[in-house]
Amino acid sequence: MTVVAQAEVAAPPATSGRRIAGVLLHDKGAVISAAFLALIVLMAICAPLISAITGHGPNDFDPAAIDTDLGGLPRGALGGIGAEHLLGVEPQNGRDILARVAYGARLSLLIAAAATVVTTLLGVVLGMLAGFYRGWVDQVICRVMDFLMAFPALIFMIAILSSLPQGNRPVLLVAVISGFGWPYLARVVRGQTMTLVNREFVEAARASGASTGALVFKEILPNLRGSLIVMTTLAVPGYVGTEAGLSFLGVGVTPPTPSWGQMIAASVGWYAVDPMYFVIPGAFLFATVLSLTVLGDRLRAALDAGDAS
Amino acid sequence: MSELLIVEDLTVTFPTTRGPVDVVKGVSFTVGRDDTVGIVGESGSGKSMTSLAIMGLLPRGARTSGSIRLDGAELLGAADRDLRRLRGDRMSMIFQDPLSSLNPYYPVGLQIEEVYRAHRGRSRRAAREVAIAALEQVGLPDAGRRADHYPHQFSGGQRQRIMIAMALVCSPALLIADEPTTALDVTVQAQILRLLADLRRQSGTGMIFITHDLAVISSIATRVLVMRRGEQVEYGTAEQVFAEPRHDYTRMLLESIPRIDDPTNDGVSA
Amino acid sequence: MMARYLAGRLAGMVLILFLVCLFTFLIFFTLSPDPAVLICGKTCTPDRIDQIRGVLGLDQPFLTQFFGFLGGIFAGRDYGQGANLVHCAAPCLGYSFQTNQSVWDMVVERLPVSATLAIGAAVLWLLFGIAAGLLSAVKEGTWWDRAGMGLALGGSSIPNYVLALALQYVLVVQLQVLPFPQAVAFGDDPVLWFESYLMPWIVLAAGYACLYARLTRANVIDTLAENFMRTARAKGLSPVLTMRRHALRPALTPITTIFGMDFAALLGGALITEKVFGLNGVGKMAADSIAKNDQPVIMAVTLLAAFFVVVGNLVVDLVYTALDPRVRITAK
Repeated sequence: MTVVAQAEVAAPPATSGRRIAGVLLHDKGAVISAAFLALIVLMAICAPLISAITGHGPNDFDPAAIDTDLGGLPRGALGGIGAEHLLGVEPQNGRDILARVAYGARLSLLIAAAATVVTTLLGVVLGMLAGFYRGWVDQVICRVMDFLMAFPALIFMIAILSSLPQGNRPVLLVAVISGFGWPYLARVVRGQTMTLVNREFVEAARASGASTGALVFKEILPNLRGSLIVMTTLAVPGYVGTEAGLSFLGVGVTPPTPSWGQMIAASVGWYAVDPMYFVIPGAFLFATVLSLTVLGDRLRAALDAGDAS
Repeated sequence: MSELLIVEDLTVTFPTTRGPVDVVKGVSFTVGRDDTVGIVGESGSGKSMTSLAIMGLLPRGARTSGSIRLDGAELLGAADRDLRRLRGDRMSMIFQDPLSSLNPYYPVGLQIEEVYRAHRGRSRRAAREVAIAALEQVGLPDAGRRADHYPHQFSGGQRQRIMIAMALVCSPALLIADEPTTALDVTVQAQILRLLADLRRQSGTGMIFITHDLAVISSIATRVLVMRRGEQVEYGTAEQVFAEPRHDYTRMLLESIPRIDDPTNDGVSA
Repeated sequence: MMARYLAGRLAGMVLILFLVCLFTFLIFFTLSPDPAVLICGKTCTPDRIDQIRGVLGLDQPFLTQFFGFLGGIFAGRDYGQGANLVHCAAPCLGYSFQTNQSVWDMVVERLPVSATLAIGAAVLWLLFGIAAGLLSAVKEGTWWDRAGMGLALGGSSIPNYVLALALQYVLVVQLQVLPFPQAVAFGDDPVLWFESYLMPWIVLAAGYACLYARLTRANVIDTLAENFMRTARAKGLSPVLTMRRHALRPALTPITTIFGMDFAALLGGALITEKVFGLNGVGKMAADSIAKNDQPVIMAVTLLAAFFVVVGNLVVDLVYTALDPRVRITAK
């Protein structure tokens, strides 16, 4: 309740990138999340370097690290964590988990990032088309959106992915995830575009003879920026999770290419005897999704506070 | 005859990130029985905070000092239980935006009944009769049927009539009207003002009328309090304040409004 | 008005289901490897493949196959000819390529498991999610609120298969307080039945509970800031009545919409949870059939899920008009 009073008494400065960055820098949760994400991105980029330093590639078998007498369980406590294998090894084949997690991060993040870009492009373009031109364009786009949103997306994604030839799995994943993801963004963009088109400043620009392109890029798009940033940031953890889930179900990235979801899927049969096998990729997946969610959440709060003033 | 409400040196303070800020600074005034006090000021002048302090509805975290006595009983620092017993019964309030001030999920009749039942504890049926009578009293046609309608089914003026019926259903001694006509268009404003003035006269209720518009006050207030940035800049009888304002700010406010005897302005005084 | 509205909505639903059918069929027809080869197995001859194609109608053009499938749902259909003729009574969804079982029978057999899972989880997540959200909202800004919301944020970030493995490891392997989930009928052993479903319920409910806690908190806080809440206090109503009557209904009504959609989607099968715990529901059937490219079963599961989503959508809209007086049905 004190917040209300503060807003009334002390008007904070206007919304700007610098102000929001300032707010986020003072937020412990946001800083920790951003730092963790930076670390993960760095790990993904430097995956070959990590392999070079440790001497273990993501697909290198290490028979010395496992105990064939115990059915291929890693030697040593905690799934074989030690100086040789910093995060332990996989049972049966002794592949280095750190190397696989690092290479897995590449694919998981790349797919999530690509899906976000494609979804945002589709959502913004189609949403603005519908909101700007109204009429039959709007009708058609809205029907398609209704249809896609009524679809049992997960099952359908799996059905498509399972029936498609192996081909380039990451590209297929991006296509399928964005194919079903864009309506949620487009719906918001459409609504905001509709209100913006009727606002005075857009009408004024139109009256002064601005071209459609100028209207869209100079007047409408900048005003959508805030909600776009928030919606996309909050969508990324969803895409990371979806990719992992699809890979977990066996329709995502195909072995031996590592991905976090697929590593966890492989560990299902081993959870009772080698829990570290699922705990490590699970923890990376969890921490990444959590960091992205926290960051998106704080960003929205910061932008909302800016709008409220 | 003793005064109904005595406000003495009222100060309201809010904590902010830059330290405590006084939004009301040492305001004093009295409301007699059968009396209308107008509080005038621009937004942020502290007039609404003054009324919320009287009702005991200040946002959490607000600090108050001074004294507010209703019928001789101190309200500042009183237990919430005791204040609750007074609110809606001995003192009630009408707000600026009637649409958002009514709960959209319940019929208006029920929202009036619940005030009566909270304070008089009668049966649903008795409360309903009182509620319908209250709606008839504020001039809502076909009140018996309309009581079952929801807020969004009424016009702005009708909604404010419903708020007035709700505020008066327990015949309070003090009625606070916080910019009750600001959200309405001009002709409806005049109707609501006349209705408020008439009902107040009939029931002998003391009224505090809050507005940013001196012209509105001139027709109904007996005393006027002018506020600016939390401070009381002018306080006196309506004749005094209008005839010989002592403060420059009041003079400025007076000059900025169309003259009451101006033939082109018949919206309010007509 | 109501009849016209319903007629319009039903037509829309049928159209969407038709399109789901068409798209799924099209994808199988154009992209999928030949099912006849799969069915035929290792000891296969070209003659045998042709024979299977003939029986299943796979040698027919796309539209013939598609309308054959649609017709089967409403009127039943025949497979093969002469002595090999098999009649599949309506509603016919074909036969599994893997087990030769009637797909309709398979669905009917497994639906109760998915429903049990969905209902139990829904009870859990509504109970805990809404309670936690209310508590956080009422105690906004306190230690309670921060801890609860931190937990909710964390909880909604755990993928449910990781949670499932972790729970199994701790409760079944280490502490041994629960048995490994088994397929037991309620009538045979109620205790074991309950113990078997408990973990799947918790795993499925956890993510939703966290989400609903955050939703409830946000809605209640927004509602408490509404002008009508100030009016309620100005009327001198008791805090309990103010909260119960004036805050809860506006705050929780939007949640019913979300709940309806979530629940409907789950009736079509909770793939991951059923798969991880080996629960023989529609979701596991979907996962298994996808792994084996058992097209008639995938087709049926996709349709079933779409059916629940579409029906759920309608039910939610009808319930919403009943709950929110401002929303009234208007025929488009």
